[in-house]
Amino acid sequence: MSETSRSTSDPLGQGQGITFRQVLLVGALILFAIFVWMVFAQWPEWLDAILISKKAFLSAILNGLTLAGLYFLVASGFTLVFGLMRNVNLAHGSLYLLGAYVGYEFANWTGYWLLGLAAGFLVLAVVGLVMQVLVFRRLEGDDLRQTLVSIGISVVAADLMLAYWGGTTYQFLTPSWLSGAVFLPVVTAVRSNGSEVFLAYPFYRLVVLGAAIVIGVGLWLLINRTRIGSMIRAGVDDRDMLAASGVNVHFVFAIVFALGAGLAGLAGVVGGSALSIAPGEDVRYLLASLVVVIVGGMGSIVGAAIGALIIGLAEQIGLVYFPTYGVVLTFVIMVVTLAIRPQGIMGRSM
Amino acid sequence: MSDISHPPRDGATPGKGWFESVGIGHLLLGFFLLVYPAMASDFFLTQIGGYSLILGMIALSLMLLAGYGGMVSLAQITVAGAAGYVVAIFGENNSGVYGFGWPWWVYGPLAILIASFASALIGWIAVRTEGIYTIMITLAVATACFYFAQQNYALFNGFPGYNGLRAPEVFGLNWRDPVPFYYLCLANAVVAYVAVLYGARSTFGLTLQAIRDNQRRMRSIGFDVTAHKVFAWWLAGLIAGAAGILLVWFNGRISPGTIAVGPSINILVIAIIGGLRHPIGPFLGAVIVTLMQTFAIDIIGAERFNTLIGMVFLVIVLISPDGILGLWERFKPRAGAEDWRSSLGTSAGKVENQGRKT
Repeated sequence: MSETSRSTSDPLGQGQGITFRQVLLVGALILFAIFVWMVFAQWPEWLDAILISKKAFLSAILNGLTLAGLYFLVASGFTLVFGLMRNVNLAHGSLYLLGAYVGYEFANWTGYWLLGLAAGFLVLAVVGLVMQVLVFRRLEGDDLRQTLVSIGISVVAADLMLAYWGGTTYQFLTPSWLSGAVFLPVVTAVRSNGSEVFLAYPFYRLVVLGAAIVIGVGLWLLINRTRIGSMIRAGVDDRDMLAASGVNVHFVFAIVFALGAGLAGLAGVVGGSALSIAPGEDVRYLLASLVVVIVGGMGSIVGAAIGALIIGLAEQIGLVYFPTYGVVLTFVIMVVTLAIRPQGIMGRSM
Repeated sequence: MSDISHPPRDGATPGKGWFESVGIGHLLLGFFLLVYPAMASDFFLTQIGGYSLILGMIALSLMLLAGYGGMVSLAQITVAGAAGYVVAIFGENNSGVYGFGWPWWVYGPLAILIASFASALIGWIAVRTEGIYTIMITLAVATACFYFAQQNYALFNGFPGYNGLRAPEVFGLNWRDPVPFYYLCLANAVVAYVAVLYGARSTFGLTLQAIRDNQRRMRSIGFDVTAHKVFAWWLAGLIAGAAGILLVWFNGRISPGTIAVGPSINILVIAIIGGLRHPIGPFLGAVIVTLMQTFAIDIIGAERFNTLIGMVFLVIVLISPDGILGLWERFKPRAGAEDWRSSLGTSAGKVENQGRKT
C-alpha cells in the first residue's frame, strides 16, 4: 500500500520542487545545528535570561538523557511482553522494585555491586518465568483477565515488599570506580581571569546512559538479527501462524517474559543506585513505562527508545523550568500523541 | 471474536419469572436497607453502611463503563476526587486556602458537573484507543493526576490537601450525623442504581452494549461510536462525582492520598469482586471489601490488609471472572433466560454462549 502511495506522490513532489519529507529534514538539521551551537558556544546574556543559565540547561538535558536511559530499560521489557503476548503486565513496576531490593541485598551480602546487578537480572528473570508459566499461560488470549491478575499481583507484591523491607529508603553504595564526577569538554562559563569552567557531571549517570544504549542496541540486534528474534517478530505479527509452523510458542513466550522481567530487575538495580529505593517507586516506574510505551508505540523497541527520550527529557526540563507542572507536561505529551497518532509514534495501527 | 450469534430469545423461556424474583429481591433489600439504622450501631451505620454505599457508587460508575461499554477505567476515583476538590475549594475548609464558602446547593451541582466533564475528558482521551489500552491510559491519567495534585500547591494545596470539609446543615438536620448521612448515601446510591438499571435498557444503553459487542458493525450501521462512548463516560462521571462529594463529607478531608493509585485499584477490586454483570455487583463488592477492611485486624492484622484483599482479588479473577455474581450465577438453578454476555474477556462469553446453545 505504501508502495503505491509513494509512486503516486513522488511525481507530485518533484513537480513542487520540495517534498514534505525534505522540509522536515531541513527543519531537523536547523534544530540540531542550534542545539550544537547552544552546547558549545558561549551564551549571550539574553539566552541566559530565558533559560536561567547554560549550566542549568545542560544539566537538565543530561539528566533527561540519563533518566531516558533508565526509563528505556524499564519500558523495553514492558513493551516486549505486550508486543508478543498482548499482556499488559501492570506488575512491571513491582518487578522493578523487587529487582532493586534483591540487588541491594546481594550487593550487601557479597560486597560487589556488579554481583548485585547480575542478581537483580537473574532473580527477576526467574520470577518472570514463574509468573508466565504458572499464571499468565493459563489465561492466554484473555487480555483483560491477564491485566487484572497482574494488578492483583502488584497489590500483593507491594504489600509483601513493604512487610519485608519496611518503609525506609535504601541507598546503594556504588563502587568507587563508578562514583565521582567527570568534567565534560563543554565550557559553561568563563571566569574573569580567563580560565574556563567545564561542566561537571556524575560519572555513574553517564554509565547508566551508556549501559542503556548498549542494552538497547543489544536488544535491537537480538530482535532483528537472531533466530529467536525472528521468532519473536513473527509472534508479534501472527501468533497462531508461528505456532502452526512448528515453533514452540510457549517457549518463546517464556523467554521473552523472563527477559522483560529481568530487564525490569536490572533497571531496578541501576535506578536504585542512581536514585534510591523506597516503597512507591513501583508506581512511579509503572507510570513511566506506561507513558513511554503509549507515546512510543506498543510492542516496539525503537518506539520505547523514542518515547523514553521524549518523556525523560520533558520530565527533567519541566523540573528545571516549570516545577510542579512537570507532570502536566508529560501528560500533555501523552494526550497530544493519542490525539494525533493513537497507536503511538512507532506503533502499528490497531 | 465477538460475533458469535446469540441464541434467539424465545418467548417461552421464563424471563418474566426472573424479573419477578429480582423484584422480590429488590423489595427485600430495600426494606432491609431502610430499617438498617434501627438495628445497627453508629459505627456500623456510617463506617460500614455509608462507606460501602459511597464506594459502591464509585464502583458502579466503573461497572457502567466496563459492564455496558467494555471500557475498564482506573480513573473513577480521580473523577470522584475532582468533585471532592471542587467541594473543598468552593465550599468551606479549615486549611486556610480558598474555601469560598458558597452554599451547598451551588457547589454540590457544580462539583458533580465539573467531575462529569473531567470524566468525559478522560473518556475522550481513552476512547482514542480501544480494548486493553483503556486500562493503561486511565491508569496513566489517574497516576499523573495524583502526582500533579501532590506537587501543586496553588490549586490542590499539595500534600496536605484540604481539611475540615463537612456536610451542611439543611432542613434543620445535621447531615453529618450517622442516621441522616446514611440515608443521604442510601438515597444517592438508590438513584444511581435505578438509573443505571433502567438506563441499560434504554435506547442509549442498548446501543452502548451493542458497541461493546461489535464496535465495527455499529459504526458501519451509522452510529457515532465515539460520541456514545464519551457520553457514557459523562454519565459515569455524574455518579462518581456525586459519590465524590459524599466521600469528602465522610472523610472530612481530601488529599492526594484519596486519589492515589492504591484507592483507584481498590475501586477496580471492588467492582471485580462484586461482578460487572449487574449494577448490584459493585455494591456487593463494596460491602465485602469494607467488611474485610474492618475485620482484617482480627484475621491477619491491619498491616497486611492489602495482601489479603489482593489474594481475594486474585482468587476471584482466576476462578470466577464475573465475581461473586458469577459464582451465584454458576451455582443457582439455571433459569437460562438471561441474555447477559460476560463483559470480561471474550473467551468467557464464548464458553457461556456455547454452553447455552447445547
